[in-house]
Amino acid sequence: MVETTRSSPPAENLAAPVVELGSLDTLWFQVAGTVCNLACTHCFVSSSPTNHTHENLSLAEIVPYLEEGSRLGVREYYFTGGEPFLNPEMEAILAKTLELGPATVLTNGLLLDPVRCERLAALAAASDYSLDLRVSMDGYDAESNDPIRGEGTFERILAGIGNLHRAGLNPVITVTEVHDANASREGRVRFFRLLTELGIDKPRLKILPIFRMGAEAERGGAYESWQRLRQGDAPAGDWSHLQCSACRMVTDQGVWVCPILVNEPEGKMGESLADTLEPYPLEHPACWTCHVYGVSCRT
Amino acid sequence: MPSRSPKDQRDRQRRESSKLTAHRGLATWGEKLVPLAEFRRATAAAGRALSASERELEVASWREPRPDPTPVEGPFSRVAVFGGVYNNHYALAALLDDARARGAEAIYCLGDLGGFGPSPEKVWPLLERGSVRTIQGNYEESLAAGLEDCNCGYTDPRDNHFAELSYGYTARNCSPQFKLWMGELPKRRRIRVGERELLLVHGSPRRINEFLFHSTSPVPFLEVLLAQERADGLLCTHTGLPWHRRLESGGDVINVGVIGRPANDGRAEVCYCLVDDREDELGVELVGLGYDHHALAEEMRREALPNEFIETVLSGWWTTCLEILPAKERAASRF
Ligand code: SF4
Repeated sequence: MVETTRSSPPAENLAAPVVELGSLDTLWFQVAGTVCNLACTHCFVSSSPTNHTHENLSLAEIVPYLEEGSRLGVREYYFTGGEPFLNPEMEAILAKTLELGPATVLTNGLLLDPVRCERLAALAAASDYSLDLRVSMDGYDAESNDPIRGEGTFERILAGIGNLHRAGLNPVITVTEVHDANASREGRVRFFRLLTELGIDKPRLKILPIFRMGAEAERGGAYESWQRLRQGDAPAGDWSHLQCSACRMVTDQGVWVCPILVNEPEGKMGESLADTLEPYPLEHPACWTCHVYGVSCRT
Repeated sequence: MPSRSPKDQRDRQRRESSKLTAHRGLATWGEKLVPLAEFRRATAAAGRALSASERELEVASWREPRPDPTPVEGPFSRVAVFGGVYNNHYALAALLDDARARGAEAIYCLGDLGGFGPSPEKVWPLLERGSVRTIQGNYEESLAAGLEDCNCGYTDPRDNHFAELSYGYTARNCSPQFKLWMGELPKRRRIRVGERELLLVHGSPRRINEFLFHSTSPVPFLEVLLAQERADGLLCTHTGLPWHRRLESGGDVINVGVIGRPANDGRAEVCYCLVDDREDELGVELVGLGYDHHALAEEMRREALPNEFIETVLSGWWTTCLEILPAKERAASRF
């Protein structure tokens, strides 16, 4: 036990702060687990063809969470992986979800053939709610994108985006700050131009910072020990700007606090959503990124 | 692409294939690779697992009403509710006449008085003259706090340019007294229409700048909002696009749209809402409102406001800051 004296800071200032769940707006599903047809060098959950840390979620597994989520007032549903379209039930899952609320799929774009895009467009048209496809890219040309996402992916991603566009769906292009140029004014203009050249007259873009964990820790380096949140970092202890104040993540192994900490057993909060309405301690260095960069993984 | 030596290519292929097979039988635990079984054991033990009855209690208490000291105004049998003036004093004057002519006993404004249009100071006397009961929008909040720009943070540099331009114009042309008045506006009001109690907010009951669009405000979500607020109905604005959902519980949620600019539908008219007490339901009418939009466009030209904004007034289609629209609303949009 450390003796506290008058001059030492109060103990609660050293402990990690906790974030309350104010509302459950965004319910995530790790619908393809950590299995992906790519192995991007910056993936913070290290998804790859052989990573079975989390596995597919079936429609039958998802339905009880959709029902529970509805009772708790979920506003929107997000699907990620891995690559969601590796899940053979993905479209059935979307059809069911779109009866209850808007849905967004985070995809690498490689499995978006014309026929699938037509079916997705039909699902979108049949619902009162929005269906969004978010396609990831890491550069506005092959030279910057392919070293991160894999050789030849730039052209294949563009093909997927083109197929969505021709089916009448307008994807949100999601770009990480893996290259400084991506988020710069100039970079954003380049992305918008790239999309316009594909014939997309209403280009949509989302930019995300990188998390220094998983594969990215190897590529760009892990977190430094000072990159941790402390009580005083948010004025009046208000952490409601963090996405974990309004989201939870379902994987095949239970419910996690957020989409970022799924490869940390400490990120798991329970089995059903009702188990996870408690506050969560912001101990992980990734929480520092969320706070400093104002990250939200939702669109 | 630079040409590669055969050795370079072999190295590269080896790296690529080792990435693809790196996780066989292993799990990623933070930065480490551990045997899959070890990770699964740790996650199986993590978190809490409540009993079925404890879960029921958690869900029930989640939906429970939260205390709200806001006084209830009324009762009324018919009120007019509008939002988003955006400096459009022509539409505001037209609205006051129209609402009185249709028998509104009280007129409520849900905020966002400035931005987009010309001569912000002209709005204030109209609000006073019409005895309009106003709540604060995010624009009033920013102006009253003396913020330098609107902090809109669009991804598209073009959108940021226009957002800053219109905020800067309004901030420069608003008197300190008007800004002070804005700072004192309440953030929510409650009114009684017949037997029903309605909550009036700017964005959503939770956040002044939350967007409630039709395609992203699902019924189960709205049911929980109304339950938590112990309200029979909710009226909001902020997005610029009007809609009305009647819920299974009988509650109503209405985005009243804005009177400052058209609803991105190719028509020059703007929109507001009339609610009235009917025998077995709340009467809800989203009213299309014509006004002298040519005079507005003319004044915007005189004030050197951007042509893009003037085009919106005349054509009925939004030309900037479309990034906020969800997929469905964006698909229906011209730009
Ligand atoms: S990583 Fe981000 S979202 Fe997840 S718990 Fe930490 S702060 Fe919240």
